[in-house]
Amino acid sequence: MATAIEFFKLLPKTNCKDCGQPTCLAFAMLLANQKAKIDDCPHISQESKTALSESAAPPMRTVTVGTGKNAVEMGGETVLYRHERRFVNQTAYALTVCDDLKGKALSDRIEAISSLSFERVGVTFAADMISVKNVSGDPVIFAEAAKAVFSLWKKPLILESDDVDAIEEALECIGKMRPLIYGANAVNLERMAALAKKHGCPLGIRADDLGSAADLSARAKAAGTEDLVLDLGCSGLKRCLEDHTVARRAAVKKKFKPLGYPLMNRVGSGEYAVAMAAVSTMKYGSLVIFDNLESYEALPLMTLRQNIYTDPQVPIQVKQALYPIGNPGEHSPIMFTTNFSLTYFTVRADIEKSRIPVWLQIVNTEGLSVLTAYAAGKFEPEKVSEVFEESGVLSKTDGPVIVPGLVARMSGRLEEMIGRKVLVGTNESKQIPKHLKELTSQ
Amino acid sequence: MAEIPSVKEKYTGKIEEIAFGNCIAGGADGMPFLSFENTLKRRPIIAGEVVDDLTDYPEMAAEMFDGRQKDPVGWANMWKEIGADMICIRFPGAAPDKKGTSPEDAAGIVRRISDKTGLPVMVIGCGIADIDNRIAEAVGGAMKGTKVILGRTEEHEYKKISAVSMSNGHAVLAFSNLDINLAKQMNILLTDFGVERNSITMDPLMAALGMGLDYSYSVNERIRLAALSGDRMLQVPMVCDCTGAWDVADAMSTDDPSLGDAKHRVAWWEAMTALAAMLSGADILIMRGPGAADMTRVYAEELTGVS
Repeated sequence: MATAIEFFKLLPKTNCKDCGQPTCLAFAMLLANQKAKIDDCPHISQESKTALSESAAPPMRTVTVGTGKNAVEMGGETVLYRHERRFVNQTAYALTVCDDLKGKALSDRIEAISSLSFERVGVTFAADMISVKNVSGDPVIFAEAAKAVFSLWKKPLILESDDVDAIEEALECIGKMRPLIYGANAVNLERMAALAKKHGCPLGIRADDLGSAADLSARAKAAGTEDLVLDLGCSGLKRCLEDHTVARRAAVKKKFKPLGYPLMNRVGSGEYAVAMAAVSTMKYGSLVIFDNLESYEALPLMTLRQNIYTDPQVPIQVKQALYPIGNPGEHSPIMFTTNFSLTYFTVRADIEKSRIPVWLQIVNTEGLSVLTAYAAGKFEPEKVSEVFEESGVLSKTDGPVIVPGLVARMSGRLEEMIGRKVLVGTNESKQIPKHLKELTSQ
Repeated sequence: MAEIPSVKEKYTGKIEEIAFGNCIAGGADGMPFLSFENTLKRRPIIAGEVVDDLTDYPEMAAEMFDGRQKDPVGWANMWKEIGADMICIRFPGAAPDKKGTSPEDAAGIVRRISDKTGLPVMVIGCGIADIDNRIAEAVGGAMKGTKVILGRTEEHEYKKISAVSMSNGHAVLAFSNLDINLAKQMNILLTDFGVERNSITMDPLMAALGMGLDYSYSVNERIRLAALSGDRMLQVPMVCDCTGAWDVADAMSTDDPSLGDAKHRVAWWEAMTALAAMLSGADILIMRGPGAADMTRVYAEELTGVS
């Protein structure tokens, strides 16, 4: 990505304000941050425009699979490490439906894939796509299966076959749903690319290695198809990590266009497949297709994906609410803390460890931690008492209220406001079990 | 065929090496497992966790050790059979409200573990500074001549353990709370105090999957990148404690059948925490579950390109 100064050099430098910005330099800075489009400048020369569009183009193409609100975007990444800038589009996970399934077996299979869904920190985790795999070898059966899956599954589809006739047949039925065609290889590339172009669908390329992936993507581009997803043919963890890293660095740091596309992996099922997916999720994979995924594998994997793809500048937050932990009753103590997810999970885990039931009130501090929230005036006795009022916790128990040790100084004022005994808790969460045990043994 | 541009980074820094007999930690000169820039073919060390008191230890983990968790020495030996490279022993039992393991008892246990397994040992106390200092003192003396890692030093509590480690030829574990600057500060404090850089291991707090792993992953990456770029105060082996995975409710819950088998789930929870730790720079991984430790070792071997 070009810098503001590089953009500035190519602008007319007249400060005419026709782009809506006060100066050309201001406009250049927006361009560098991808917050403006070159076309917003009506006076730019054609040569500058060509030069600029090249440097303004993101180093990795964004590819959309599917249509409407369930469409999945992949790629569009601009950095190597998540602390530099938020990773843009999280890794998508697809599960396989073989085209030899029919009727009830087929609907059961789709039902099983749909039921792979969890709720965590207020976010729903689920499979993103289904890959219809051509195991029958018959184009008509494949197309029928694709149609059947489409009627039962509302999210995007992948058409998985290297048989051009099968892909063509299936695209006749569901091409307008923008499935990912997977895929093209060295032998069928031009014919697959023509189909992708005709139906406006993204194309997955199955390569043997980095070099052949670069060659095949160049051939696809020459054939007029640029919405590509590259499978680098990584069969193991090491190649996945290394080749994905090379591709991402080449695209982002060297502006090497032939590898500037989202990456994908085709894995099977079981332990090794999950390990591949974990490595791919951390290191630059945009799509992993599984044969199958068990729920005990899917939940940790999808949690990993959530962790890697969160915005490092925006803390994950939990909902402001009253969380009963371990079946608290009418004499159980009340604890409260901020809605920063890390604080919540830590405190919750430590309360659970004590095996003492507690009413845990979470206060919305916009994701700030205890001390920061207090300093910012978002975690004060007034606010806490208001939240207590709202959740009605004080009428659920006559137990004491425990103030986080770090904000002990709010205890006097809080006691006054809520008219309930307030105790000072521990500075550190890990001391909670000990404190709770002492408290209840008194 | 298209020529792929070289993406090898030219780093100027290298991580210190600490040798525990044949078991060597650190030494990386590139980002983890990237053979095209990290010339080191050394996989991260797996340290199997042993505790002296099972009161707060999860039952589901205890069941996986077949009764041998009741004796720290037998337990450590089982870790050796599983393929661990190091033993990490904690002494929660040294806390006054537990069975009250004395510093001398602790030193005896460490000595016997070392004699029985021949593996290097990392010693973490019970979290109460006074007691941990006395444990370090007793262990440090008893293990003179066999390098162990003594933990954990923190910003306001490092002098005693550091002094013991310096006078007995041991390494220290420097703990910091999820922040690259605090991590660096700890290493500066220790080196100013006289601890050699090749006797420091750093623990920047590995938050488990779903419990802030995102923070740890990025702090680790930043620490390792800064170290490779020449920041000498960060060029020490990184220890990541992955056992926090066992504190995550979602990992172990048996209440909701739709989450699948809990034993498999918690194994993955810990193994994925470990994968994230080693992809972001960990040199030593503390593991609790035998299944997770085994997966982690196998994947680490494969990623390193050794077996």
